[in-house]
Amino acid sequence: MAEIRNYTMNFGPQHPAAHGVLRLVLELDGEVIVRADPHVGLLHRGTEKLAETRTFLQSVPYMDRLDYMSMMQNEHAYVLAVERLLGVEVPERAQYIRVMFDELTRILNHLLWLGTHALDIGAMTVFLYAFREREDIMDMYEAVTGARVHAAYYRPGGVYRDLPGAMPQYQIVHRKNEADLRRMNENRQGSVLDFIEDFSKRFFGYVDEYETLLTDNRIWKQRTVGVGVITPERAKALGFTGPMLRGSGVVWDMRKMQPYEVYDKLDFEIPIGRTGDTYDRYLVRMEEMRQSNRIIQQCVAWLKADDAKGAGPVIADNHKVAPPSRESMKSNMEELIHHFKLFTEGMHVPEGECYAAIEHSKGEFGVYLVSDGANKPYRLKLRAPGFSHLAGLDELSRGHMLADVTALIGSLDIVFGDIDR
Amino acid sequence: MPLTPEVLLGRVEEALGDKILTSKVAQDQVTIEVAPTDWLEVCATLRDAPALAFDLMMDLCGVDYSAYKDGAWEGRRFAVVVQLLSVRRNHRLRVRTFCADDELPIVSSLMDVWPAVNWFEREAFDLFGIVFEGHPDLRRILTDYGFIGHPFRKDFPVSGHVEMRYDPELKRVVYQPVSIDPREITPRIVREDNYGTA
Repeated sequence: MAEIRNYTMNFGPQHPAAHGVLRLVLELDGEVIVRADPHVGLLHRGTEKLAETRTFLQSVPYMDRLDYMSMMQNEHAYVLAVERLLGVEVPERAQYIRVMFDELTRILNHLLWLGTHALDIGAMTVFLYAFREREDIMDMYEAVTGARVHAAYYRPGGVYRDLPGAMPQYQIVHRKNEADLRRMNENRQGSVLDFIEDFSKRFFGYVDEYETLLTDNRIWKQRTVGVGVITPERAKALGFTGPMLRGSGVVWDMRKMQPYEVYDKLDFEIPIGRTGDTYDRYLVRMEEMRQSNRIIQQCVAWLKADDAKGAGPVIADNHKVAPPSRESMKSNMEELIHHFKLFTEGMHVPEGECYAAIEHSKGEFGVYLVSDGANKPYRLKLRAPGFSHLAGLDELSRGHMLADVTALIGSLDIVFGDIDR
Repeated sequence: MPLTPEVLLGRVEEALGDKILTSKVAQDQVTIEVAPTDWLEVCATLRDAPALAFDLMMDLCGVDYSAYKDGAWEGRRFAVVVQLLSVRRNHRLRVRTFCADDELPIVSSLMDVWPAVNWFEREAFDLFGIVFEGHPDLRRILTDYGFIGHPFRKDFPVSGHVEMRYDPELKRVVYQPVSIDPREITPRIVREDNYGTA
């Protein structure tokens, strides 16, 4: 009898289903996976080391570039860590703005996950639908921060500026007539909050639309049901968090169990799965989008009520941490010195250490910050959820077929910015 | 809601007894320090003690304390820090140990306690050169294949030692010493206590 040997195959780093720069060395027995060995680090930029050589404020934009699909959430964990060490109170309005943008970011991230996950398995239309709504959210990002992706909006002490009063509108360019323009600008007549409110009203319908394409789709179910099953015990042992943990039926969400900002004042529910397979994780994330949308609606309502009684501050009043207003900076000597010192030397964070975590779209994103009292972090460790998830790919994929690997990678929702840091 | 940190620390002390070298509560977070020889045993206890039940290992990282407070640090150089979470009991704990030898930092691997440490230990080995005894597959993870040195040590320059480029004559990628000069725009300053408050 001929000797049968396993053979190894390279998957990536240049592969459309590798979601970036994943190099996966697969050991195969026929078409069955015996071992999967992900090689990561192709996008390693040494963010943690770079942060040690930059002031606390200069590191904020680096956080956007970690998980570049949920930008503001990364900033959130970082500023929380700095704020806790400094002992700064964040104004309530800033907390609502942060929570609202965290949830918008969660939708942004889940839409990308949904689009690419479906595309990997062979459903093209979902991708087009998902990117249609992503465009709206990126417009919100742009209206508020000036950047569509890398926002640098959250600052220690609050957020950089208040929500602008007007939503930018489309301008006349060739091939667009007035009627088109009027239709496109219809929901951009009011403030940014009005635009977000309009979006959140539409969005429930959109999620239903995605679900009609996938949830009862026979091909989708054949590709996802029973693929990559993980028990709650193993999920915890492997360090899974977020939808990967909840998909296995573990009731754990930072927003409910250890609430930060204003999550304890908001009404939302935590979906959990039952079997822990790819299909359940899909259902969990779909429901999460609906719940995020509910949170957004509550935040919009609160912010509008706050606007009505004269909007409160959005950044702390402590000028050792947050810059003074432009107006007072230009008329007041003391404020000018504060401004100058803050943007040259930077703030000094008291000696100590702190671990701040948030419920990121992908799981628990944590920042472990060690400060020795200098104007730069002594050590910054970023705990990326995707890192643990990808480490679990070996166990998830064993015994499955080669084609299931793409389904699993989609289900893990990995983005290399935060795995490689 | 989670326990208050003081109550949690009491339970940890009850479970670990005199194995705790130092403990601290700050920012509502509990940190304990243990000896490297007790590392594995302490972690197993933290996972198994019913009142603690730390079932999720969130993060494991190395820290190089050699430049702490501009060199005022007198203790051991390399520390390993784990952040633990109990999903069952809803509390968190940070455990630290300092490796006994600064030249060859060794600490036992936690693979048998939480399989999740696998890649985190590989990362700490890669970036700090901390060796985890008993780890089944201690390879480099984030740096390039064939990388030399441990880049997150404080004596490793931010710009690195070598740079890579394509050589059109040799028709291959070559490594050469870095051509950029390290520069620091904003100097690192540690102010004395109570600076600016007087």
